[in-house]
Amino acid sequence: MNIKQSKEIWAFLALSLILLFNLIFTQGFFSIEIRDGRFYGSLIDILNRAAPIILTATGMTLVIATGGIDLSVGSLMAISGAIAAVMISNGDFPTIFLFVVPIILTALLGVWNGLLIGFRGIQPFIATLILMVSGRGIAQLLTGGQILIFEHQGFELLGRSYFLGFPVAVSVALLMALAINLFVRKTAIGLFIESIGGNSTASRYVGINDKMIKVSAYVVTAICAAIAGLIMTGNIRGADSSHIGLGMELDAILSVAIGGTVLEGGRFHIGGTILGALVIQSLTTTILTLGVPVEITQIMKALVVVLVSFLQSENVKEIFSQYFNPRKKALLTPIEKQIDDSTKEVLNV
Amino acid sequence: MCATPLLIMKNISKSFPGVKALEGVDFTLQSGEIHCLMGENGAGKSTLIKLLTGVYRISEGEMLLSGKPIHPRSPLDAQNMSISTVYQEVNLLPNQSVAENICIGRVPRKFGLLDRKSMIRKAKEILEWMNIDIDVTQPVSNYSLAIQQMVSIARALDIKSKILILDEPTSSLDTEEVEQLFKLMRKLKDEGMGIIFITHFLDQVYEISEKITVLRNGKLVGEYTTENLPRLKLISKMIGKEFTSEHVKKEFRNTDSNPVLINMEKGSVANKIEEYDIKIRKGEVYGLAGLLGSGRTELARSLFGLDRLTTGELWINDEPHKGIRPIEAIRNGMGFCPEDRKEEAIIPDLSISENLVLALQSRKGVFNKIKESEIKEIVNHYIDALSIKATGPEQKISTLSGGNQQKVILARWLAVNPSLLILDEPTRGIDIGAKSEVMQMIKVLSKKEISILFISSELEEVTAVSDRIAILKDRRIIGEQKGNSVTERNILNKIAEVPTL
Ligand SMILES: Nc1ncnc2c1ncn2[C@@H]1O[C@H](COP(=O)(O)OP(=O)(O)OP(=O)(O)O)[C@@H](O)[C@H]1O
Ligand SMILES: [Mg+2]
Repeated sequence: MNIKQSKEIWAFLALSLILLFNLIFTQGFFSIEIRDGRFYGSLIDILNRAAPIILTATGMTLVIATGGIDLSVGSLMAISGAIAAVMISNGDFPTIFLFVVPIILTALLGVWNGLLIGFRGIQPFIATLILMVSGRGIAQLLTGGQILIFEHQGFELLGRSYFLGFPVAVSVALLMALAINLFVRKTAIGLFIESIGGNSTASRYVGINDKMIKVSAYVVTAICAAIAGLIMTGNIRGADSSHIGLGMELDAILSVAIGGTVLEGGRFHIGGTILGALVIQSLTTTILTLGVPVEITQIMKALVVVLVSFLQSENVKEIFSQYFNPRKKALLTPIEKQIDDSTKEVLNV
Repeated sequence: MCATPLLIMKNISKSFPGVKALEGVDFTLQSGEIHCLMGENGAGKSTLIKLLTGVYRISEGEMLLSGKPIHPRSPLDAQNMSISTVYQEVNLLPNQSVAENICIGRVPRKFGLLDRKSMIRKAKEILEWMNIDIDVTQPVSNYSLAIQQMVSIARALDIKSKILILDEPTSSLDTEEVEQLFKLMRKLKDEGMGIIFITHFLDQVYEISEKITVLRNGKLVGEYTTENLPRLKLISKMIGKEFTSEHVKKEFRNTDSNPVLINMEKGSVANKIEEYDIKIRKGEVYGLAGLLGSGRTELARSLFGLDRLTTGELWINDEPHKGIRPIEAIRNGMGFCPEDRKEEAIIPDLSISENLVLALQSRKGVFNKIKESEIKEIVNHYIDALSIKATGPEQKISTLSGGNQQKVILARWLAVNPSLLILDEPTRGIDIGAKSEVMQMIKVLSKKEISILFISSELEEVTAVSDRIAILKDRRIIGEQKGNSVTERNILNKIAEVPTL
């Protein structure tokens, strides 16, 4: 693979920069301790907290590649967490059900998104806005408007436990991202997604079922969001419907953009997205460690995104050359008059 | 008389990653001159134009407009320097109205507000003069490619311009529209405008131009006076070797006894094509002849399932296929190479290779991914067979020259090995060499029992290959002809004889 053409390179550079910054300015950022057979440290913390972002952003990558967007991921996380919490508090379900049922129900909401967009032709932004707004309401209704606290050893495995010293959540997120990547690349789905995002008319002409592919993308995203919701719910041992996944759609979209997938759709890069999610989380953690007010995080994220999209842009060079070599900008001649004259003359023939 | 030339491009070079698109090219344009820029697909014609109009920056060389150096930075910039351009790929805003498209960048304003009325009036006036009668308030995408082409010409028209550039503006126009355009060009020329004209139609070159500049492989071959450069010489200059016209001799084949492959009974699509019957036989080349807007494309689309039938029944190999969709059409052996390459065919971000196998992959289904090695083999085969000029199979299709993109799309459908191949203007934008290769290919395919539905605005092409033709007018079939009665004269007579509704 050619380094220069690799879209992941910018996310990689951004990540390196943030780590470098911490290497110089944050004491003990890179130190990792082993306690009780587990790794502890800022880096592990970043990984752990990045897990939900990696998951939702992976799904978001596919959706964006089809030329869409999914604003409802945060609310879907809240819903799946709420379902699990309600099940734990109201019955004695086998542990596996606590995972499977929320995932399936949330996936159905993904189908809903997909149907609105693929079959009804509603703008993705609008269609998913519906669930973004109403979804959180649904989750709050489920938990009765409170934070539903629980204890359930089996369920917490996903959000709290460690395997070989590493948080299970990270492994699950990475495995899921890799599995999805493998799946779309080993089948023709990846090609079809890129084709639809690149030119949906032309895709229809070669017989690609754009509707079904779009639905699948939203379903996969919903499933990813559901798992992310379960991770976070398990992690805090409670379903906090009004806060879980709040703002996640932005983090996910930013990760995708930083990872080199263009927001207009077409080519996508799940590897880049994973790096992008790590960039977002390490940025957040760094800012927190610095003791800067949390509100600043959002601004920093925005800046990073602007920077990365700027660097990625193929026109950067041109823009630079224009900027450093400014010519007097030719004013638009009063073309109105021109065309008027030309029409008249032409018509006089 | 010959003062400073209107435009001098001196020693122009342009490199893209992996290719030298232009190397030390000189080009000179005088006022009041129509100058043809000629060369094979990928010779560098469009690149030269794009350098002049600020789409790309030159790597080396200089440009002088009326003796003064210019450095256009964007098409708008170039336009402000009085250089108007119609680019090879129609670049209109499909969802905006015709009027808006024509007045882009020069929308009439009244007290700072958009003056819709006068915008519509102006658009109408220009089109009327060009003899086009359409509703300018409709979105551009409602019209055929040919109309869109005329609209982009209307947009570029500006009597105050010093230079007008036309990059293959006639590729999907009928004789009549071409005549209209030429009339207009002559008038502009008389006003002192310099016109650069790119086309692959030699007839047009000799009809309209005074000067010819030939490019080959990014290098200048020479500048000639049209009068003094006979046709065969011109071709040899372009291809770099002697050209022996291997005219495809027409053979009359009787295909009446071939089994029927496609049978449409009373097919119609509301507002697009009136009720028609068509029978396409195995190994037959079936031509659709007719003028712009006569319904040729619409008929093809209805066969392929792109538009749902309002009435009618389709039989493929004697089996009924109700409400066919493109994917079933493809699975049943059809292929459809559409006329509008940019909107309907290429996936610009993907590679040649991905674009080429797309239809085959779609036919095989999502879970049956074609093996890398197989893809490589197929792609290399077609790059070779159709002499696609590219740096390799991984090159982005959008960076190919127009003609080479067309070849990739042709290859996309050849690769599915269809039993009926629908070709809607397949020779659009490809050079003479490639054109005769496509014609040759059609003959070869039909000998292999592959049926072809052939649409072209070049009557000459239609009559040269078709065993049978349907003549369309006003969205209905008005006649069928076969064997040696497939001639241009017969077609034109038929069209003239049936009164317009
Ligand atoms: N943006 C680009 N990136 C890389 N290569 C390019 C790019 N644009 C053009 N080329 C290459 O430059 C060469 C010249 O292309 P150009 O479009 O000028 O050909 P052309 O003479 O207009 O051909 P045609 O008759 O097919 O339109 C081709 O080999 C093409 O692949
Ligand atoms: Mg060209």
